[in-house]
Amino acid sequence: MALRLTARPTTAGARPGRGAAPARVATRPYRWWTPYVFMGPYLALFAVFVLAPIGYGLWISLHAWDINVPAKPFVGLGNYRELFDSGSVEGPRFWTAMRATGIFTALSLPFLLVVPLFVAMLMNGRFRGRNLYRAVYFAPYVLGVAVVGLLWRFLLDGNIGMVNHYLGVLGLPDDIQWTTDTPAAWWGLVGVTVWWTLGFNAVIYLAGLQDIPAELYEAARVDGAGAWHRFLHVTLPGLRPVLLFVVNATLLASANMFGQSYLITTGAPADETKTAIFLIAETGLRRFEMGTASAMSFVLALALMAASAVLFRIFRERQEDR
Amino acid sequence: MTAVRSGSTPASGPRTHEDRTAPRAPQPPRRAGERTGARRPGAAGGPAARRLRRSLLHLVLGVVAALYLSPLLYMLTTSLKTRGEAGATEPRWTPDPFTLDAYRHVLGSTDSPVMQWFLNSLLAATAHAALVLATATPAAYALARMDFRGRGVIFAGVVATLFVPPVILLVPNFLIVNELAWVDTLPAIVVPAAAGAFGVFFLRQFFLTLPGELEEAAEIDGCNRWQIFVRVVLPLARPALVTLALLSFLTNWNDFLWPLYVLLSPESLTLPAGLANFQGANNIRYDLLMAGAVIASVPVLLLYVVAQRWVIEGVSRSGLKG
Repeated sequence: MALRLTARPTTAGARPGRGAAPARVATRPYRWWTPYVFMGPYLALFAVFVLAPIGYGLWISLHAWDINVPAKPFVGLGNYRELFDSGSVEGPRFWTAMRATGIFTALSLPFLLVVPLFVAMLMNGRFRGRNLYRAVYFAPYVLGVAVVGLLWRFLLDGNIGMVNHYLGVLGLPDDIQWTTDTPAAWWGLVGVTVWWTLGFNAVIYLAGLQDIPAELYEAARVDGAGAWHRFLHVTLPGLRPVLLFVVNATLLASANMFGQSYLITTGAPADETKTAIFLIAETGLRRFEMGTASAMSFVLALALMAASAVLFRIFRERQEDR
Repeated sequence: MTAVRSGSTPASGPRTHEDRTAPRAPQPPRRAGERTGARRPGAAGGPAARRLRRSLLHLVLGVVAALYLSPLLYMLTTSLKTRGEAGATEPRWTPDPFTLDAYRHVLGSTDSPVMQWFLNSLLAATAHAALVLATATPAAYALARMDFRGRGVIFAGVVATLFVPPVILLVPNFLIVNELAWVDTLPAIVVPAAAGAFGVFFLRQFFLTLPGELEEAAEIDGCNRWQIFVRVVLPLARPALVTLALLSFLTNWNDFLWPLYVLLSPESLTLPAGLANFQGANNIRYDLLMAGAVIASVPVLLLYVVAQRWVIEGVSRSGLKG
């Protein structure tokens, strides 16, 4: 990638040693409105379905808003206050769901970060069929959560499920109620999610691993570093650029978990595994209490953005340490 | 042509001269796997040890890969069983008797028109991918190659929304789609999701890596911007466009939460939403559920098998944006 010349008309004159070309390109070869025509269709979509909804959502959250009730009185921060009021109906319900989201994220994150890294390091060697294995581990990810949920609801069934059957074959307890009991349900949901999305993180790790110069490993080896030290001092630092992306993307994906719990546990037992997204969708789009649902989604979004911010902070500090 | 990078990147060339020579050069016949070569300082093992490790690796990887895909195989098997067999407590890996009844039932059902869902999904995902390409491509090109007032602000705004948790768009977008009278119709599935920033961001990154010389040459030949875009840039961008189209199609095909709430009547559902309702209505008919799941999986798995490399490369490049 030696020639990284961008052809932006304005900077064209600054290029050294490129003959007569710059003078020619320096005149802007398009009308002032041309770029806006190029941008137009996308910007229209963006304005209607991303930009406007952000403001609209905030506005809705300040009202008692039901799609079927014409009167939508302004309630100020009332919806938010209700969420933080333990005596209200919505408050405890919301925090139970936030807790579910938190539990799932905390349980799944370590596995979703470590297992794919292990897989990626295996795949990073040179051996025949490497691309085939890579394709196998990625395969479940191209299936939708609907297929994955349906399939695992069957496999995790307490009575006729294959998982319990093989646990029994191995002499382990074979009557675990994966879909209706906690903590078993949590482990079921985490396991399914790891099976489903492992390939995504592994592929991104792999791209990161391939960007680490081989010389660094050679040098470490010459210095007598063992495998563990090479991992700590070459692999991990080399992965930093993708690591932040992977951690952040995984955190957000886990915190947005919906389909697994909708299809596998349906929130059972007693809403214990009903995640925040699940509750928001039900509240806003089934019960049409849109003011409350919007307030919930802003609280959740704020929590997620705070978590991301902390993450970026940690990574930046680590970087400055070096 | 900047083709999609294949598995072995140029960067991985110098890495492992050791690894590479070992299996290629004619080696003495396998010496009982002893780590005799380990005395060479800095080397991980002699050729024989290396070969043993390699076959062990293949054994482990092969077994794990088979286990990894076994749930999908079981899904297929179950869809070919009779009702009684599918619900048996003793799971069997071969359908006995083999029957297509489940498919016949599922495809012929009037209250769950699976064939209609299939067509809806196909239509929606195709239209969505086309819309993403049509809007994101010119926008990304303008952002990468043109200079105009507000470019910085627009780009920053678009990128910033990548960090906004999408949950806050859920309720307001439902109301906007409702205003447009799109609830319970396919445009609701096709259009709003195309406003996401990913496509623009992804393509802009790609356009920035294209060398500008061809565009300059076309400019000197008197092409206007639109002609340059259509005749020069689009053909060069084909790999990125195909990748984006594939990822958009897959994402839309698999989308679950939004269709589940925005599509209502049985004949307008997409497959994931339909399957979820189907599970509610047939919750112990695992033969039927697995047949439905197979029908939903086959198109994406086929697409994946054909275009595996593009999908994986696309995903791994999306991770390097950080």
